[in-house]
Amino acid sequence: MTVANLEQWSVADIARRIAAGEITAAQIVDDTLARISSLDGKLGAYLAIDPAGARAAAAEVDRKRAVGAALGPLAGVPIALKDVLVTRGLATTAGSRILEGWIPPYDAHVVERLRAAGAVIVGKVNCDEFAMGSSTENSAYHTTKNPWNLERVPGGSSGGSSAAVAAGLCAASLGTDTGGSIRQPAAFCGVVGLKPTYGRVSRWGVVAFASSLDQVGPLTRSVADAALVLEAIAGYDPRDSTSLDAPVPPYTAALTGEIAGLRVGLPSEFFEAMDDDVRAALARTAQALVDRGAELVDLSLPHTRLAMPAYYLVAPAEASSNLARYDGVRYGQRAEATDLIDMYARTRGAGFGPEVKRRIMLGTYALRTGYYDAYYKKAQQVRTLIKRDFDRAFRFCDVILTPTTPTAAFAFGAKASPVEMYQADVFTLSCNLAGLPGISVPCGLTGDDLPIGAQLLGKPLDEATVLRVAGVIEAAVGLGERRPPALSSARAGRTTKPGHAAPGSEP
Amino acid sequence: MALTRTEVEEIATLARLYLAPDELDRIQLELGVILAHFEELAAVDTTGIPAMTHAVPMDLRLRHDIAEPSLSQDEALAAAPRKADGLIIVPSSIAPPGRTGSEP
Repeated sequence: MTVANLEQWSVADIARRIAAGEITAAQIVDDTLARISSLDGKLGAYLAIDPAGARAAAAEVDRKRAVGAALGPLAGVPIALKDVLVTRGLATTAGSRILEGWIPPYDAHVVERLRAAGAVIVGKVNCDEFAMGSSTENSAYHTTKNPWNLERVPGGSSGGSSAAVAAGLCAASLGTDTGGSIRQPAAFCGVVGLKPTYGRVSRWGVVAFASSLDQVGPLTRSVADAALVLEAIAGYDPRDSTSLDAPVPPYTAALTGEIAGLRVGLPSEFFEAMDDDVRAALARTAQALVDRGAELVDLSLPHTRLAMPAYYLVAPAEASSNLARYDGVRYGQRAEATDLIDMYARTRGAGFGPEVKRRIMLGTYALRTGYYDAYYKKAQQVRTLIKRDFDRAFRFCDVILTPTTPTAAFAFGAKASPVEMYQADVFTLSCNLAGLPGISVPCGLTGDDLPIGAQLLGKPLDEATVLRVAGVIEAAVGLGERRPPALSSARAGRTTKPGHAAPGSEP
Repeated sequence: MALTRTEVEEIATLARLYLAPDELDRIQLELGVILAHFEELAAVDTTGIPAMTHAVPMDLRLRHDIAEPSLSQDEALAAAPRKADGLIIVPSSIAPPGRTGSEP
């Protein structure tokens, strides 16, 4: 019997092997659960594991195959979901105490789509509380460690997703990205993270943070996998009023490797301040694109410096409104109190952590009577200026290349103040403000063996070009088969040494 | 840009968010620092610039006012912290005599 190589096999590999009968979906799930059991104690990627649900979904895939029924494109592929995606019958906390113990009565649109494609939902992974943060340190439950170096953060807010994918504790994960929360953790953990165009993927059933910025997307170990997962989750959903009614192209077909004549924009504002290792990796990446026939175009996005203040107004303002629903009435935790208003305030005071409280306060301040025009409206106007910068830039280039982050993964506790933490997102924010598609793809390692991410930004709904160029970067300067060294000493024998049955594989 | 303690307490009341005295101290300080970073926005000339709504131009879509399948009453109530007879139970919405404000 074939033994699953969960560190290396891609989404496509797993689906193909199951379809070909080389391995069963049941065994993939058992091996995945065993690997989680042996490694996640060190990493802390998962918040909830669903062995029964995963085994049932895998059994259904194996049953379908046995009777010759059609298998979906993700049949038997083990996937972990960021805990802001609601899952019917499976606890969803958004990394917050206020939702502790909540069992949602429905699946998010993207979860429905994954299940329809045959994917096996293994469990829910950690994140910053309500997706507010850049290191997953704001989770109310526990920290998640970076599999490349256990002293470093995995990034955030989708840090459980990036760590689980990098460590082979799932084949792919869905995260959400409001200001970089897919791309930044992908860069820190050496995986691919794609934020689609705003409206490309339905937000129905996503725990809302900032509704005009939030978008769901895949974190995967390869660009082809990101394309495959995006194909499964993208498309129109009438339940999300911002969902785009646009055809979903076959993204996997876009990965031709052909970029001759393609114009790659380098915005000067994104190359001002960064670590030397990051600068060198980006230079190698740009050169690799030139070597394959692309043309580099120097350009300017002059309103870039306003992205941080605009983002940290718009996002908290929308969050303060969205999070008003957590009041202890219909679901989640409730604090005892003598009257209703007191109950709201005590429930929220006890249930939210420091960063969430900070952002609710900031947003409430910005939206109060008399301040709306000065703050929220002003920030939304600045978004238009940022968007116009990109519109102009895309007249001269087809895709924009930048670093994903100014540094590689930082140490726990390294960002002492909120503003310092916010500045870690400086390169990823404008993509959300302008609603564009963006990807982070690994483009090398630092001298300390920490992954570096290259970011590509595309025209609205042009995920295909972003993926195509990312595929070229992956092939030229990507990490190849290199996997996180921090786990090598703890590898489960069963997953890496064919022929050796591991004892006690039950998680 | 400094906020007064009274302003911070007012915002907490508006946000229906109980904050302990040490949390109020910290947030007063942090909000001041964060708001200072927003000063840059005020200096930008946005005369005649529309507020952004969506990356791709689209009309606001409204669905027809027709009932569609949804959660059953039992499902909708399943997670409520307190319920009885098919209803969600909450404390009185009128403060008991002698209490006027919403501050815990």
